[in-house]
Amino acid sequence: MILWLLVRRSLRQHLLSTVVTALSLALAGGLLMSVWVVKRQARATFTGQTGAWDAVLGARGAKLQLVLNALFHLEASPGNVAFSDFQTLSSNRVVALAIPIAVGDNYLGYRIVGTLTNLFTEAEAAPGRRFRLVAGGRWFEDGYREAVVGSFVAQRLGLKPGDTFKPYHGLNFNPKEQHEDEYVVTGILEPSNTPADRVLWIPLAGLQNMSGHSAATVSDVSAVLVKLRSAVAGQQLDMLYNKQGDRLTFAWPLGTVLAQLFDKMGWFDQVLELVAYLVALVAAGSVLASIYNSLSARRRDLAILRALGARRILVFASIILEATSIAAFGMVLAWGLYAVIMGAVSAVIRAQTGVVLDPWAWDPVLVIAPLALVVLGALAGVLPAIKAYSNPVAENLAPES
Amino acid sequence: MALLEIENLRKSFRTPYGQLLPVVDVPGFRLSAGEQVALSGPSGTGKTTFLNLIAGILTGDSGHILLDGQNMTTLSEPDRDRHRAAVIGYIFQTFNLLQGFTCLENVLLGMSFGPGADRVRARSLLERVGLGDRLDYFPRQLSTGQQQRVAVARALANQPKLVLADEPTGNLDPTNAAQSLALIRELCAEQGSALLLVSHDPAVLASFPRRESLATLNQASRTEVAL
Ligand SMILES: Nc1ncnc2c1ncn2[C@@H]1O[C@H](COP(=O)(O)OP(=O)(O)OP(=O)(O)O)[C@@H](O)[C@H]1O
Ligand SMILES: [Mg+2]
Repeated sequence: MILWLLVRRSLRQHLLSTVVTALSLALAGGLLMSVWVVKRQARATFTGQTGAWDAVLGARGAKLQLVLNALFHLEASPGNVAFSDFQTLSSNRVVALAIPIAVGDNYLGYRIVGTLTNLFTEAEAAPGRRFRLVAGGRWFEDGYREAVVGSFVAQRLGLKPGDTFKPYHGLNFNPKEQHEDEYVVTGILEPSNTPADRVLWIPLAGLQNMSGHSAATVSDVSAVLVKLRSAVAGQQLDMLYNKQGDRLTFAWPLGTVLAQLFDKMGWFDQVLELVAYLVALVAAGSVLASIYNSLSARRRDLAILRALGARRILVFASIILEATSIAAFGMVLAWGLYAVIMGAVSAVIRAQTGVVLDPWAWDPVLVIAPLALVVLGALAGVLPAIKAYSNPVAENLAPES
Repeated sequence: MALLEIENLRKSFRTPYGQLLPVVDVPGFRLSAGEQVALSGPSGTGKTTFLNLIAGILTGDSGHILLDGQNMTTLSEPDRDRHRAAVIGYIFQTFNLLQGFTCLENVLLGMSFGPGADRVRARSLLERVGLGDRLDYFPRQLSTGQQQRVAVARALANQPKLVLADEPTGNLDPTNAAQSLALIRELCAEQGSALLLVSHDPAVLASFPRRESLATLNQASRTEVAL
């Protein structure tokens, strides 16, 4: 009780340094928690997004690029696949479902993906979840200049059924490269929290025949999304396309392919994590320095307390508690900071990839990191506490002259 | 039995030049329960040091200090702290109020290391010293005389058996000083606390039934080399 009163007053007397040190600890805590949670959730959700598909067939090239392009609508397509290759694959007994996609156009920066209607009617948006339209819409008809728009795009561009748009050539928006063809929006997808939310879907033939596209490759597709009947089928096709063949790439299993992505990005979150640790160390140092410095001004107060009968250990404990309180206060701020960082990061990831992170999902690091930092703060209090502990009484009772 | 019994108490300090300077050398001193004694002596004769030794804030080099049945010279430091909190109320020349705490809190803090904080008693003591309307003031918001009275209330809050007062009125004007001194003596008498008060004000000294001069008591003060 009395300990708490002592600590509260002392913190208030050094309010500025209390707040600044707490903020620096908050920064460390917020960063640490965010880095951890983003890393873990990104891995889990990215890998989870592929759940509706087992493999991707594409031009010879890097599997990761192929998967990012075909499933996440990121990066450039590594090349084309002849329509006959799609037909061969799709008629293979071990393939449950194969859907071709074609890319190469955008509308105001949002990618346009050509595909067949059975993507919506036969495939799943996410494991166990079908594609659904917002009421009042319908799927496009293959062979017509019609489009189904992902929820995120529709919301951003304010598109609704009946609206029309003219696509632009290329994956990146360039106002000079508008096509002549005009498309009618027939439906808006319900949000699925998958990359499908971020694209405009049009019939495969539409994209292939877009005015100005090369006639030689008119029937080519960019990639084929594949659902297999069994894991053995994956091995067979891996053998067929990757080992025996040399024209195409069969990206399978998807989890392994995506793991490469995180291995490649690993350095990035390692750097961030390192930064967070460094910030934590600096923050702990500033806890130490600010309390230590305040002690010279408090020598007399400490001596008075001792003269009133306070034991050394109480003085020691009050300093440790003070450091701990600063850290605990910092951790309250850290949770706030975490919410802000996560809100921003998940918005960016969502806009860039369509993958939705849940900033409010429970993660043990949300408790472990703050606890660790509170302990660190308490440890930072040890040196000043020792100094306070050994503060001589009689010499410090007189006012400083 | 005496409340305070001192025998052959010696204390030296090391000077900045490395020599040992004897500051206190008191062969014998006694104080009975409830007794009021004035202690005089020129500056530098070791008055403050003597009080600090009795309070256990300093430890002597040799000798005994028997305070209320306990030997302050052999107690462990934590026990000495506890004994001080229980038995002694100390009024410092410079008051030594905690600046970050209100009047009431200063008194309560003084109590909390002893028998325990008692709001009602703290409040009534502050009323008794005339600060009933200043409970939530911080020391810097009080006049010197008022600060001194807070220090008095704090020292007496635990109903200590011994009140040590180190020139408690040295910073006050004569009227204030006289009032304050009367208050201290009155409160000590009411509570049955013994009082050992340092002063070199002849008027103050004259009002005490028993007066001691540290120049006589303290053999070390005689050996001190003049500067
Ligand atoms: N920590 C210390 N180290 C060295 N010498 C000290 C120390 N504390 C006190 N002294 C010396 O002890 C002597 C007595 O000091 P003390 O403060 O007890 O005197 P005093 O009688 O209270 O004087 P005053 O009336 O001025 O308050 C002085 O000569 C002082 O220099
Ligand atoms: Mg003195």
